[in-house]
Amino acid sequence: MNKILKGVAAASLAFACTLGVAAAAEEEGHSAAEPTHFPIHKPAEMDWSFAGPFGTYDKAQLQRGLKIYREVCSACHSMELVAFRTLEDLGYSEAQVKTLAAEYEVEDGPNADGEMFQRPAIPSDHFPSPYPNSAAAAAANNGAVPPDFSLIAKARAVERGFPTFVFDIFTQYAEGGPDYIHALLTGYGHEAPEGMEIAAGTHYNPYFIAGKSLAMAQPITDGQVSYEDGSPETVDQYSRDVAAFLMWAAEPHMVARKQTGFSVIAFLILFAGLVYLTKRKVWSAVPH
Amino acid sequence: MSGGHSTYTPKSGLGKWIDARMPLPRLVYDSFIAYPVPRNLNYAYTFGGILAIMLVSQILTGVVLAMHYTADTTLAFHSVEKIMRDVNSGWLLRYLHSNGASMFFIAVYIHIFRGLYYGSYKAPRELLWILGCIIYLLMMATGFMGYVLPWGQMSFWGATVITGFFTAIPLVGDWIQQLLLGGFAVDNPTLNRFFALHYLLPFMIAGVVVLHVWALHVVGQTNPTGIEVKSKTDTVAFTPYATIKDGFAMVLFLLFFAWFVFYIPNYLGHPDNYIVADPLKTPAHIVPEWYYLPFYAILRAITFNIGPIDSKLGGVLAMFGSIAVLFIVPWLDTSKVRSAVYRPWYKLFFWLFVANAIFLGWLGSRPAEGGGLLTLLFAGEFRGNYVGYSQLSTLYYFGFFIVIMPVLGLIETPRRLPNSITEAVLEKNKAGAGQLAGATAAPETKV
Repeated sequence: MNKILKGVAAASLAFACTLGVAAAAEEEGHSAAEPTHFPIHKPAEMDWSFAGPFGTYDKAQLQRGLKIYREVCSACHSMELVAFRTLEDLGYSEAQVKTLAAEYEVEDGPNADGEMFQRPAIPSDHFPSPYPNSAAAAAANNGAVPPDFSLIAKARAVERGFPTFVFDIFTQYAEGGPDYIHALLTGYGHEAPEGMEIAAGTHYNPYFIAGKSLAMAQPITDGQVSYEDGSPETVDQYSRDVAAFLMWAAEPHMVARKQTGFSVIAFLILFAGLVYLTKRKVWSAVPH
Repeated sequence: MSGGHSTYTPKSGLGKWIDARMPLPRLVYDSFIAYPVPRNLNYAYTFGGILAIMLVSQILTGVVLAMHYTADTTLAFHSVEKIMRDVNSGWLLRYLHSNGASMFFIAVYIHIFRGLYYGSYKAPRELLWILGCIIYLLMMATGFMGYVLPWGQMSFWGATVITGFFTAIPLVGDWIQQLLLGGFAVDNPTLNRFFALHYLLPFMIAGVVVLHVWALHVVGQTNPTGIEVKSKTDTVAFTPYATIKDGFAMVLFLLFFAWFVFYIPNYLGHPDNYIVADPLKTPAHIVPEWYYLPFYAILRAITFNIGPIDSKLGGVLAMFGSIAVLFIVPWLDTSKVRSAVYRPWYKLFFWLFVANAIFLGWLGSRPAEGGGLLTLLFAGEFRGNYVGYSQLSTLYYFGFFIVIMPVLGLIETPRRLPNSITEAVLEKNKAGAGQLAGATAAPETKV
């Protein structure tokens, strides 16, 4: 045992030395007018119901987020990997999902005459895209294709930097996506620093991951979407709700994953204890 | 398989019948039950067994994933998402497989470092070590091709960058690259052949593992003292002693594995790989999987031409050289003493090497920025000079093998070696007991 401890101590010492040097080598902040690294501001860490080992989705929040997606985001952003049937996870009944799906039109066919036709969507259909193809999407949006939203909560994460990324292993931080989405949506409306040039047709947002400004204008304002459950109708609340919804869209089995994980880890700890005691008994007569 | 004669005696009639015709039970008995192992093996020696279960786990999850995966550029990304969303427990299989690859590499790095620390590569174990190096190379190829299969942005651009290395080779470089790609750029033929090879290579790994274990059982395991087994009292039977100790280490390793799979399954991946591959859109920073980062840093450290060798070829040579040098380690180490336990200076340089390797990994994740080694040393450009640090670290990486290993073995005065494993164990236990009895025992007598 002593040897393991010494080994672990030596290994951690080596690791700590490395990281110390790394910290010294880490880059300095950038100039305000001509930043070279993005985002300019790191997103704030929000409180998410689904964070941590026992995290679960808040179904009311997911329903509000879906409402935001349907009434605002879906005008430009597709969500092609998400099927209507999976919306039952949000607490809707089968009948409600059917009604909701039927509000969308999808293309089907060809029929007996060889024609493609439009029909109301059924639960096994996926969310239809707002544009027929990416060229049409680009043409309608000044050349910038609005990204698909199915995986956006896992496809965006601001680099955590040293030493935070080491602590993230222990704190199980895995909410970089929703934090980023919330920060971006609430990050509009700031004045660009003096001297900074903003390209025409783009909008300054210091939380944007890939530059000073992005093609999307502020998509949502206070009071734009009405909530029936009395939640505040503010950009902050809208952003939290849609970020949570998009996390669900990207990782629909997260709750099952964490619950399975608890059983697996509890079993392994117990099993490790039993195997350790057996090991001690087996080796008790042999000095080693 | 081992040097000694077999002690297997079949008891049942059926056992005797099989033993006379195809003595597989005898082979298993001699290799995994009666096989003698040094009694003083510590937990650093359990990673061979851990690697074996990781290989089995990767093959099992991989075979099932392959039943649901489609190797076609228009469908690959969506078929992976189908696994994540619609296949029963598909998310579990895929996260086990993608995180399993990382766990496999964590275990293999500890295994290799253990070999370097205890001098496991020294005669008569050179072939055992080289077979291990071959397994590691095959693992790198398998891991790289596996990362391409989900056809995300990093899959595509990683494949573009890595296959691009081969064009640096004079004369045949372009031809090799086109052979790898099945065309002039990463496309459907590339994905198809990578899928075929990703399915094939693990079985080749399994084949070399058999040779690795065979070689191990011929020469026997080393141990922390580095002294060869001399008498029966130096060893214990593989079962139950090594089996239960390996078993305990495996359960602890699985706990670590489970933490990642169930709670932070995307921690070791790159967010960009959740964006479908787009040949027209280059990501801001193309970074390989974490387990290649030290080598990526070495590749990018060569920013200058050396005579007829341009920086690109120089980088590729340095990168492949950093792995090739492992193959000749048995002949680079001139020390008569095997284990670092008795080599105070080697021990120091070894831990510096470990820290340096981790640092190289971190540098590999940084952009290739900075003025280089000269501005680092003479112009005081300490911050953000990633190229400078990479060059310094690369120098130590190669210096450790090519200068420190041969020279240190000749000039270092090792500490007194015990006469046998048994003596070392008894000495240690006596010292331990002494410490317990009173604080007067000198701690430096402890091994």
